[in-house]
Formats: sequence, structure tokens, C-alpha cells
Amino acid sequence: MGLSILTVCYLIAAVTFILGLKMLSNPATARRGNLIAAGGMALAIAGTIFLYENDGRKLGNYHWIVAGLLIGTVIGTLTAKRVKMTAMPELVSLFNGMGGACAALISIIEFQHLSHFVTSGNTTGYSNFHSTLLIIFLGLIIGSVSFAGSMIAWGKLSGKVKDFAFGGQHIINLVMLVVTLGVAGYLMYSLTPSNYFLFYLVFVLSLLYGIFFVLPIGGADMPVVISLLNSFTGVAAACGGFLYDNKAMLTGGILVGAAGTLLTILMCRAMNRSLKNVLIGSFGGSTAEAVEAGDQGPIKEISLTDAAMVMAYAKKVMIVPGYGLAVAQAQHACHELEKLLNEKDVDVQYAIHPVAGRMPGHMNVLLAEADVDYDKLLEMQDANDQFKNTDVVLVLGANDVVNPAAKTDPSSPIYGMPVLDVELAKTIIVNKRSMKPGYAGIENQLFFQPKTSMLFGDAKKVLQALLTEIKNA
Amino acid sequence: MDSLLSYISQHVEMIYIVVLMIFLGIEIIGRVPSVLHTPLMSGANAIHGVVIIGAIIVMGKAETDNYLALVLGFVAVILGTLNVVGGFVVTDRMLEMFKKKK
Repeated sequence: MGLSILTVCYLIAAVTFILGLKMLSNPATARRGNLIAAGGMALAIAGTIFLYENDGRKLGNYHWIVAGLLIGTVIGTLTAKRVKMTAMPELVSLFNGMGGACAALISIIEFQHLSHFVTSGNTTGYSNFHSTLLIIFLGLIIGSVSFAGSMIAWGKLSGKVKDFAFGGQHIINLVMLVVTLGVAGYLMYSLTPSNYFLFYLVFVLSLLYGIFFVLPIGGADMPVVISLLNSFTGVAAACGGFLYDNKAMLTGGILVGAAGTLLTILMCRAMNRSLKNVLIGSFGGSTAEAVEAGDQGPIKEISLTDAAMVMAYAKKVMIVPGYGLAVAQAQHACHELEKLLNEKDVDVQYAIHPVAGRMPGHMNVLLAEADVDYDKLLEMQDANDQFKNTDVVLVLGANDVVNPAAKTDPSSPIYGMPVLDVELAKTIIVNKRSMKPGYAGIENQLFFQPKTSMLFGDAKKVLQALLTEIKNA
Repeated sequence: MDSLLSYISQHVEMIYIVVLMIFLGIEIIGRVPSVLHTPLMSGANAIHGVVIIGAIIVMGKAETDNYLALVLGFVAVILGTLNVVGGFVVTDRMLEMFKKKK
């Protein structure tokens, strides 16, 4: 009876995961979708705790399980509630890593369990010995890579870990991966008590691979990497589904694995990078090879007062937010500016590049936090149609996504990436902290064009100063 | 090889689920507007936290004198819960901000 109810719980959970993801893909239903999936998850967890039976035996160690759940819930809720909206991408990466580690730990414990049968020389008594071992290895390797990689991605996005690459790294990575899979393959058929340590070698190698896999990849590719690791963890969770014949785990894991993989490919496409390039890990990290800017001509600076005037007397202003806005926490100041300009009968809209910031949709989330009207956010195609009627484009800490080289210079590493055609507007004001190149590490010709003026400084301070100027104007 | 084949035939339902979920996952994501990519990634991240079920089972099955399994299982339960709870709460926070406008 209890087991049948549990099966139904898992069925409901699986359906809520599918429904949840589906509803998450529509702005009107997204929040409810998330809650529905969370409800299904709660049901599955509660069902497992109270109804699960293994060969007629209920689960034990309740106090440990409940304690673990409580600790995780408290820490998880507090972290998620307190994090600043700008730190969201790294938090997703962090939580993703936790899931990967969880999958890897499960594999380690199940291996322990399995190894008792090997030690007693009774593997024939264990049904599906090889297949179980295969799944344990898959869960271990994928989970560990996902954990270690996510931790590095988290460190990189929060500025704790620097880009790090050395010659021949791709070859070393490849060798490491081949060795890991080779040792795992060897153990599949020749596991004896004397080589148990090789299992832990696979574990360590997987962790190292995860670290070296993400280390050389530059910040521009971090969203792709997080999305990819997200789908990895999904697959690792699905391995658990096979281990325990659990269809909720299987459904949730594979669903995320498939969806995450597609999302990864979509992101790559938006940045005109092949997934292979990202995986092997090139470019992003090579900031040192920035093109010399000497022959590009002088740049022009604009004073705050002039910038305020130009905007206050424009008919149509387009704001292009980028990572600079996020790090400066300038989204509220940005909304203030928009309201003030609206009062002066200036039409203000935002041009959102799909990969502006550090994650797709990053800018939408930030601006939504500052109460910016959803209808004012234009997607790239709509924005590009509008630029020719725009008087002033205000670029706030965006760089690569407004680089015309992507359209004109076939030798540029970002050539072919869809960009915002801001140069079609009458005037362009670019706010940056310095002339340092963006994450792709390349110079931006836009800054040297005659109709572009630079407004250096922290996005938030500059916006606040602009606000004061416009109010006094 | 035989063992793999027999495993597949015994778990053919599971294989069907895998294949169908791959198509379903792709189908669902294909229609997402880019504005929702971050919340969606975060929501998906929370959903793969379903791995917590495995951690609970492992923990519940561990013999009370198998300290390695107990400790690792305990850590796994904590980490899995972090993934689930943190993931859903963060996603909700992101979506809450979208909702105010509508």
C-alpha cells in the first residue's frame, strides 16, 4: 500500500517537473510553474522519507535525514534570500555544484556497498553487477566534474578565481579525460579488492578535470559553461534514477539534461561560438592578445553637463545596459533616469542583447528588480529596427555586444556574433570605467567613431550625477 | 555486453522515459523567450536537485555502524537540500520581480 502511494507521489512529482518547466517558459505563468515544481519536489521528498521501502524494510537514520534536510533548508533559504540580484549567476552555479557533489557522494556510497560483494567474491549474486557499476561511474564522473567546474565558475564570477591558462592545456585536459574514462573502463571488468583505490583515483581525476576544464575559459563564456554544467548535473541525477529504479529522479534529471544542453547550444549560437570551441576552452581567456588601439584615432570625452543636455533635449533615448551596470548596482539609478527623462517627454527604451551581462536574461532580471516596465525592454531585433530613429544611445557598461567589428571585421574573434547596431543612432554616449577592453578582450571601434563620446566612471555614480544635472537643467 | 543487453531489456521502461524526456526537454526550451533564460536555468537547476531523493535513500539504508556511509550520506542530504531549496527560492525571487509589472 505504502509503496503504491509512493509510486503515485513520484508520478505526480515527474508531472509537476514537466509542467513547471513548461510554465517557466512563459512570463505570465513562470512563477506559478516554479512553485508547482517545488510542490512536486516536496511531495517526492516527503514520500521518500515516510513511504520508501527496500526489500520490505523502511528507511532508518531518520534523525540524520531530518537534520540534514533542516540544515540544508535553513542555509539554502538564507543564502538565496540574501544574495544581491547582481550575484545571481554565481549563486546558480554554486547550487548547481551542490547537486553535482550530492550525485558524486551517492556514487561513492553505492560503490562502498557494491564493493562488499566483490570482497566476498559473490558478484554473481548481485544482479546487473556491471551495469550498476557503469551507472555508479557515470554518476561519479559527471557529478564530480559538475561540482568542481561549478565551484570554479562560481569563484570566477565572484572574482575569487582568476583566468588561468597554460600552453598545451587542451592536450592535458584531453589526456586527463581519457585516463579517467580508461581507468573507469578498466575497473568495469577487473574490479578486485586490491584495486579499489583506483575508484578514488577516478574521483580525484574527475574533480581535477572539472577544475581544469573551466579554469581557462574566460568570463564571456561563463553562462555557457554554467548552463552546460547544469545539464551535466541533470544527467548525474538521472544516473541515480537508474540506481534506485526511481522514475521521478530519472524524469527530472533527463529533462534538465536535455533542456540544459539545448539552452547551452542556443547561447553558443547567440555568441557565434561553437560548443566545441567552448568545451576545448580557447579565446575567452586570452585577454592579453587585445588588438593594439594606437591607430584607431583619438577618443572623445563628454562632460556630465553636456551629456545631461543632450539627453534632456532628445526625443528618443535608448539605453544599452551591460555588465558594468550590474557590477555598479546601477539598475535603480537607471530607472530613475528613465522616469526623469519621461517627465521631460523623452521616450526611453532599453535595448537588451541576449548575452549582455554574465547570463542570458541577466539584464532583464536586474531591470525588473528596479521596477522597469517589461514593455520598455526591447529584444535585439526590435531594438535594431529602432536605432535609426534614436537620438541618443546611452551604453552603460556594455562593450562586446555593441562592437561593430562583429559585423565588419572577419578577423575579429567575435565576427558573426549578432550585435546591437547602436552606430545607426545620431549620438552615442558610452559609459565605461576605463578604456579596458571587454570580456572578449578586443578593442571596440565604436568608441573611436566621431559620433561617439565617452563618459568615464562608475555607472551608478555617473547616473546619479546625470540625474542631478538633468533636474537642474 | 550480454549483461548490458539484459539490463536494457529489464529496464526498457526507463529507457523509454529517457528518450521521451530528451525530446520533451528540447521541445519545452525551444519556445522560451530570452528574457526568461536566467530564471529558467535557475528553475531547471532546482529541478535536478531531485537527486536529493537518492541521498535520502542512501542515508536511510546505511547501517548504523557504517560511519563513512553515514557521514557522506549526511553531507549528500545537506548539499542536495541546498540545491533544491536554494534553487527554488532564488528562482522565485527572480520571478517575483517580473510579476510586479503585470
